[in-house]
Amino acid sequence: MTVGHLVTLAGVLFTLGMLGVLSRRNILIVLLSVELMLNAAALAFVAFAGYHKNLDGQVMVFFAIAVAAAEVAVGLALVIALFRLRVTVDADQVSLLKR
Amino acid sequence: MTAVFFWIFAGLITGSALLAVTRRNGVAAALWAAVSFVGIAGIFVLLGAYFLAVVEVLVYAGAIMVLFLFVIMLLNLRDADLAVVQGPRLHAIGAVLGALFLMGLVWTCRRAGLFEVSLDAAGPRGETGSVAVPLFRDYALPFEIVSFLLLAAMVGAVLLTKRRLS
Repeated sequence: MTVGHLVTLAGVLFTLGMLGVLSRRNILIVLLSVELMLNAAALAFVAFAGYHKNLDGQVMVFFAIAVAAAEVAVGLALVIALFRLRVTVDADQVSLLKR
Repeated sequence: MTAVFFWIFAGLITGSALLAVTRRNGVAAALWAAVSFVGIAGIFVLLGAYFLAVVEVLVYAGAIMVLFLFVIMLLNLRDADLAVVQGPRLHAIGAVLGALFLMGLVWTCRRAGLFEVSLDAAGPRGETGSVAVPLFRDYALPFEIVSFLLLAAMVGAVLLTKRRLS
């Protein structure tokens, strides 16, 4: 288990999240894929915290998880408000600001 | 021994993430993502980041995924209502971008010699006490700012879902 292996694993997870963001139409699944990408970054941070023998990377992951929680709360609230207005979560049908 | 566990967790993470982004059922996708997060927590334990492993399971798999499941079940969409995927052009763009990104990443890591640095050796262990020292000393200001951020997110989420602002 080397740093390179961990960073590559983080990269693979990030790519999977990116593919989810690009190829799914359901906004909820897109948000889920964004969470996967955030976790990939967290994994890279912890790997480099071990590389530099410094715990600052782990503190960064703590903040990243807190920010992700806030972002998910607001993002899902937006999806709910959107659903109330448009009754769809299809990302392609909500591409205009005005009806 | 750590190598065996690393590959087990790596396979779990990659497999469940792949399943998460390809499921048609929203609940199944969220649950597979939760499995992926637990796998990441496992890697954190392997790296000695015990505090982060617990935080990951508690907050990410335990709270964020539960929130996702609540919303998915609240909106209660039938699977047939939505086309699952975008067209093939976006698939192709995603595949090309992903491949380029991964190749660039592996090449950069190889050049930086990151594939020779093994993390099995003892570094500073990320126990709760050890993480608390930089968190509350060097990063006390970001910590307080994050508390305001969470307050703002709470207020914002409640406000955004109110039916009438009067």
